[in-house]
Amino acid sequence: MTNWIDIGPLTAVAPRGGRVLKTAFGCVAVFRTADDQVFALDNACPHKAGPLAEGIVHGHNVTCPLHNWVISLETGEAQGADEGAVNTYPARVEGGRILLDAACLVRRAA
Amino acid sequence: MAQNLVIIGAGMASGRALEHLLEADRDAFNVTLFNAEPRGNYNRIMLSPVLSGEKAFDEIVTHTADWYEENGVTCRFGEKVAQIDRATKTVTSEAGDIVPYDKLLLATGSNPFMIPLPGHDLDGVIAYRDLEDTNRMIALADKPGAKAVVIGGGLLGLEAAAGLKLRGVDVTVVHLMGHLMERQLDEAAGYLLRKALVEKGITVKCSANSKEIMGEDGHVTGLRLDDGTELPCDLLVMAVGIRPNVALAQGAQLAVGKGIHVDDQMITSDPNILAVGECVEHNGALFGLVAPLYEQAKVVAQTLQGEQAAFIQKEVSTKLKVTGCDLFSAGDFADGPDREDIVFRDPARGVYKRLVLEENRIKGAVMYGDTADSNWFFGLIKDGTDVAEMRETLIFGPAYQGGTPLDPMAAVAALPDDAEICGCNGITKGTIVKAIQDGATDLAAVRTVTKASGSCGTCTGLVEQVLGVTLGDDFVIPTEQPMCGCTDLTHEDVRRLIKSQELKSMPAVWQELGWKTTCGCHICRPALNFYLLADWPLEYKDDPQSRFINERKHANIQKDGTFSVVPRMWGGITNPGELRAIADAAEKYNVPTVKVTGGQRIDLLGVKSEDLPSIWADLNKAGLVSGHAYAKGLRTVKTCVGTDHCRFGTQDSTGLGIKLEKALWGSWTPHKVKLAVSGCPRNCAEATCKDVGVICVDSGYQVGVGGAAGMDVKETERLADVATEQEAIDVTVAFVQLYREHAKYLDRPYKWIAKVGLDWVKERVVDDLENRQALIDRFALSQSIYQKDPWAEHAQEKAESFQPLANLTLEAAE
Repeated sequence: MTNWIDIGPLTAVAPRGGRVLKTAFGCVAVFRTADDQVFALDNACPHKAGPLAEGIVHGHNVTCPLHNWVISLETGEAQGADEGAVNTYPARVEGGRILLDAACLVRRAA
Repeated sequence: MAQNLVIIGAGMASGRALEHLLEADRDAFNVTLFNAEPRGNYNRIMLSPVLSGEKAFDEIVTHTADWYEENGVTCRFGEKVAQIDRATKTVTSEAGDIVPYDKLLLATGSNPFMIPLPGHDLDGVIAYRDLEDTNRMIALADKPGAKAVVIGGGLLGLEAAAGLKLRGVDVTVVHLMGHLMERQLDEAAGYLLRKALVEKGITVKCSANSKEIMGEDGHVTGLRLDDGTELPCDLLVMAVGIRPNVALAQGAQLAVGKGIHVDDQMITSDPNILAVGECVEHNGALFGLVAPLYEQAKVVAQTLQGEQAAFIQKEVSTKLKVTGCDLFSAGDFADGPDREDIVFRDPARGVYKRLVLEENRIKGAVMYGDTADSNWFFGLIKDGTDVAEMRETLIFGPAYQGGTPLDPMAAVAALPDDAEICGCNGITKGTIVKAIQDGATDLAAVRTVTKASGSCGTCTGLVEQVLGVTLGDDFVIPTEQPMCGCTDLTHEDVRRLIKSQELKSMPAVWQELGWKTTCGCHICRPALNFYLLADWPLEYKDDPQSRFINERKHANIQKDGTFSVVPRMWGGITNPGELRAIADAAEKYNVPTVKVTGGQRIDLLGVKSEDLPSIWADLNKAGLVSGHAYAKGLRTVKTCVGTDHCRFGTQDSTGLGIKLEKALWGSWTPHKVKLAVSGCPRNCAEATCKDVGVICVDSGYQVGVGGAAGMDVKETERLADVATEQEAIDVTVAFVQLYREHAKYLDRPYKWIAKVGLDWVKERVVDDLENRQALIDRFALSQSIYQKDPWAEHAQEKAESFQPLANLTLEAAE
């Protein structure tokens, strides 16, 4: 079962940018890529929990601001030689709004 | 004895034929040249740049009055020929003059086709054919709010429309067919072209059938389409095609079809009359593009000289001369049962390439957005090369053939000969290639002969690549590290190309320099952002998304994701009011750590992202601004107290430090820049290990540069000894600007100086006063954009972006 919730307008996130979403289960990083797709991942790099939302977005990747790990926005997996992954959450854009599947958030916590 | 040669028409074809004739034997003919236009030969295909204002008419004149005189050509410009009498071998001008000929060359060209719509004879309805038409369009632009309609979305019509638009005219293109340039382009390329023109502000109507030209008092006022749409205009340009001008030939009863019939030697049905150019019909074909016309001119000249020559029709290709619309088409690309397509699309870059194959040979090619390989494909079409072997990688161009890995020199190979490689000495690629061909086969030799890369040296990589491209396997390029995985070019190459190709945006760099990724990566983007803003301060817009978080949020990120805040303390001087404000802020925002930094200021560590705008606003109220402690930019100017208090001080070191900091703050640099000013050689401000360190002495100021006290420890080297405080400031500012313009991103000054040499820096900053001033002026221009307190700006305008996008903790708790 899905539970799409509206978390804000697409314009609130800059293209090739990220913002933080606070949830009861921790912070989620919400990204908008140059092609206007949105992605949601745990806001903590698998390396040393760096805030991914503050990283540089390139293609469908984000580079962690602390030690330059590159994380795939699609899979949450670290790229290149680094190993590790963060949780990803279904997100999409509809009518200019960013929607997130809250059911996934809760399931993850449970 | 010289024969009489009469030429009718002074266009590009006869002009070229005349050149060949005179080159072979100046005295073989007495030449009389008639031209209906009141001028000699000019490069008609360059009328479009004249229309758009990119060129002046004088620049496109190929034969001047002097040229005709020197070559003994009798010019009868502005005179039309009324008739040809083949029996008496004479031509008669409209004024009644009779001129005899032994040989007659018809070069009457073509007439623009005017659709016989109602109203086509109104004033303001013109073709696009000659200088008069061009001047009519240029004159229109003087009228405020002028509107024009162009009928015809082919090559000529679109060049007219783009030129008019550049002149500020409101333009609508009306095209009968479903997509633009349908004879040269397929639908997909036509779409991209249309999109590009619409982005330029041109209105494009396809599948639009014109019905009637509307007028008032004999002047055009608009165009009505058959669906009833009315398009008001002050000028209507018809550019729907050309028809060979055969009236004279017909009158003389020469064999004429669509054009004047000629054989392979360009001789008409009368052995003493030849024809060349757009007026001829050869084996059923007509000609409108310049390449075959020049070929004909060569043949006609040889025939006149009694030599054997034959004109053979070849494939032609088309390029559109509209700035920013890169398109190429050649051959035949209609669909067919035996034909196969290879298609490459890159929608984000607006690139489309299509090859049409038949029996393993390329029959046609259409390219939009990236035409770098067009000449190679055109060669394959002309030669009928069997492409079966390279079919899998064919579409990617010559660099990808034969199983060899990607050619890193493709970007340099694709540069035109007039592209500037060495900016210091103004040396173009063509000059370097010529030097290499003349025997300069290594870098040192090229440097000696041309001076290229002999000054600042940042173009060395490019020169080596030109060597590689020119010499092929005979030259092994020393390996330099590329910028990142997105490109094979080095930082130095990219900087040079940004300047020489005038790349003023990040997409322009990615597109023109062939980036392998869609939008760069965390390594190249911050570097490109700096290079672009440093080279084009007015044109380029800073891209926060290409900056590391510290520069995006104007604070230093800490390991737990909190930030540190460092207000500027000019020259290390503060006062009780500022200290009170800092103390209040530290308490109000529960700052866990307050620390004195090595740069003589105070660091508030552990501030939450969402508190940044408000702590900045509080500090701003006390007059404190950002210290840029996070920036690749000016950090601090450390000072001692100098003559103010110290018994050893020789100059006002604190005052100079403050002045330097006020001059330099806010500027972005390749890496961080730290300064210090010491009041005497005891050097309490530790100026000898700074990027720029000034030591005050009795006689003035010793300015040292290139010190380091980080991963490397290095003492400064003396740049200059100057007598006045102002000179010390000037030399410092000029040095920083030179560093900004030339250094590789993330090279501190000491690393950059090691590459270019201190002497090179001295020449520009110390010795050449004019250049010093130019550097200072360019720095000032950049500061006019970038010297502003980012804290104030962010606290006012971007505060919201520091907050979470949303807070779901309450809802989730339900």
